[in-house]
Amino acid sequence: MSAVVTAAEEAVAAGRLPRRLGSWFVFEHHVRAMRAYRWTVITTAIGTPLAYLFAFGVGLGTLISGNVGPAGPSGQLTYLEFVAPALLATAGMLVASEEWMFGILLGFKWNPYFTGMHATPLSPRQIITGKFLHAGLRMLIVCVTYFVVMAAFGAVPSAWGVLTIACGLLCGYAFSPIAAYSASITDDKGQFAILNRVVLLPLSLFSGTLFPLSTLPIAVQWLGWISPLWHASELGRQFSYGPTEPIWVTALRVLYLLALAVLGWALTVRVATRRLTR
Amino acid sequence: MTSPAPVIVATDLVKRYGDFTAVDGISFEVAPGESFGLLGPNGAGKSTTMRMLGAVSTRTSGGLQILGLDPDRNGPDIRARLGVVPQQDNLDTELRVRDNIVVYGRYFGLKHRELGPKADALLEFAQLTDKAKAKVDELSGGMKRRLTIARALVNDPRILLLDEPTTGLDPQARHILWDRLFRLKEQGTTLVLTTHYMDEAEQLADRLVVVDKGAIMAEGAPASLIREHSSREVLEVRFGSDRNVEVAERIRGAGERVEVLPDRILIYAEDGERELVQLTDAGFAPITSLVRRASLEDVFLRLTGRTLIE
Repeated sequence: MSAVVTAAEEAVAAGRLPRRLGSWFVFEHHVRAMRAYRWTVITTAIGTPLAYLFAFGVGLGTLISGNVGPAGPSGQLTYLEFVAPALLATAGMLVASEEWMFGILLGFKWNPYFTGMHATPLSPRQIITGKFLHAGLRMLIVCVTYFVVMAAFGAVPSAWGVLTIACGLLCGYAFSPIAAYSASITDDKGQFAILNRVVLLPLSLFSGTLFPLSTLPIAVQWLGWISPLWHASELGRQFSYGPTEPIWVTALRVLYLLALAVLGWALTVRVATRRLTR
Repeated sequence: MTSPAPVIVATDLVKRYGDFTAVDGISFEVAPGESFGLLGPNGAGKSTTMRMLGAVSTRTSGGLQILGLDPDRNGPDIRARLGVVPQQDNLDTELRVRDNIVVYGRYFGLKHRELGPKADALLEFAQLTDKAKAKVDELSGGMKRRLTIARALVNDPRILLLDEPTTGLDPQARHILWDRLFRLKEQGTTLVLTTHYMDEAEQLADRLVVVDKGAIMAEGAPASLIREHSSREVLEVRFGSDRNVEVAERIRGAGERVEVLPDRILIYAEDGERELVQLTDAGFAPITSLVRRASLEDVFLRLTGRTLIE
């Protein structure tokens, strides 16, 4: 046997580590890039929950007493307790959507570093997975801060309430099919502004976030049923002050959100692969 | 002694996008340490070929072996040993200059502790040491290209692919870049570059293929291509755009060959000065005249009937 290493053997050896850890390397890149906009991350993470919980929970909350749906085992439920898990889920949705829209198109078009990544051993799947991990980190920062502020406002009756953080992440990931759409955009014609105004904003109003979905006319309730935000909000409520529904309903919500998250990731990988290997 | 195995073998390589054939059955080989060029106008299929060589774009048909591996199967492994300088800079503008190299090195699985000194050495090579902490957007076009080249060298690539490395740069920036690439060539790095500048091809390529409409028109060393397809010298004369065609008709027999371009007439000859004297003796008075050595531009014109830059 020859001890000489051929170019092919050398290449296969060099590709081994990136094949295994590529997604992590992409994640590292995004984290390093966050230094450039760290103050935006920190101030929005702290400022948003403070403003919203104060306005809705404390301000609006003084006007609302009751009619906020079923209370948990304690039999008591304030408006602040009702609205807080939904606000956290909404925050998860918003920060994730920002990544699913601008974060994805940035890498493909405005500053096409995804192309640069693909010139290295990284695969399109790893590039997208790394981006998803980074979006997860951004959601985690926002949701954890939200939870801490919620707890400080006395809006979390149950110790299980800490799981609202996971609900916020799940909510954000459930919106990841948007990333697949963004990855398919070649001409930037303000699609994101439309998406924000026509889909995300109305969805946050009709998803049983600020009032129970059941108070809406049945004709528009279906909007909530398909909305990941409604399921994530209700899920958060189960942990924060529930349970208020049968366990199988809760399980279905988790499955629905997980399915959307996996679908979004798989579709994005597919679109990205087609785009990068064209 | 057998010659070393080629690092790139392309056989009848084809790439189609729907009905459009971007690369139409090209074949070539590149030996290790060689500097190989693809010369052709915009839209000739050079960038598409480069993307296939870079193991990112999948071929429609034909054979392709890079470092002895098939890019369809071993894409990541091949890319682990390549350095790629794309036509369009894709540096991350959210990162500082030095971080762009470090982050890129991580993609190849290099460790943080080896990447620090490496990034510094590469910045030195790219003459960007004092810009290490600068934002990418603060760099000039030439500096960005040099950073992209430095970044592409972070994994000590076996092959460096350069797609139109100096397009859009001013003459001084081009010369700095050529100097850097020449050093790499001296160190034995295999270079594959595309260009539509014939001076660049002459400067950097040991051997090149002339590509037009997705096909190879000629192959050889720059000097031998010129010898084969052109006379030694070229006399360029201008009579004004409205008179060039008319004058060309009357001097058809001059030199070895006459080509008319919209703005000038080219007369191919072994001795350009003598042709000019004969022309003026015959009563022709060009507005301007220039005698120069024949270049790859002339080879391209001869082979395709068109100029490289249109």
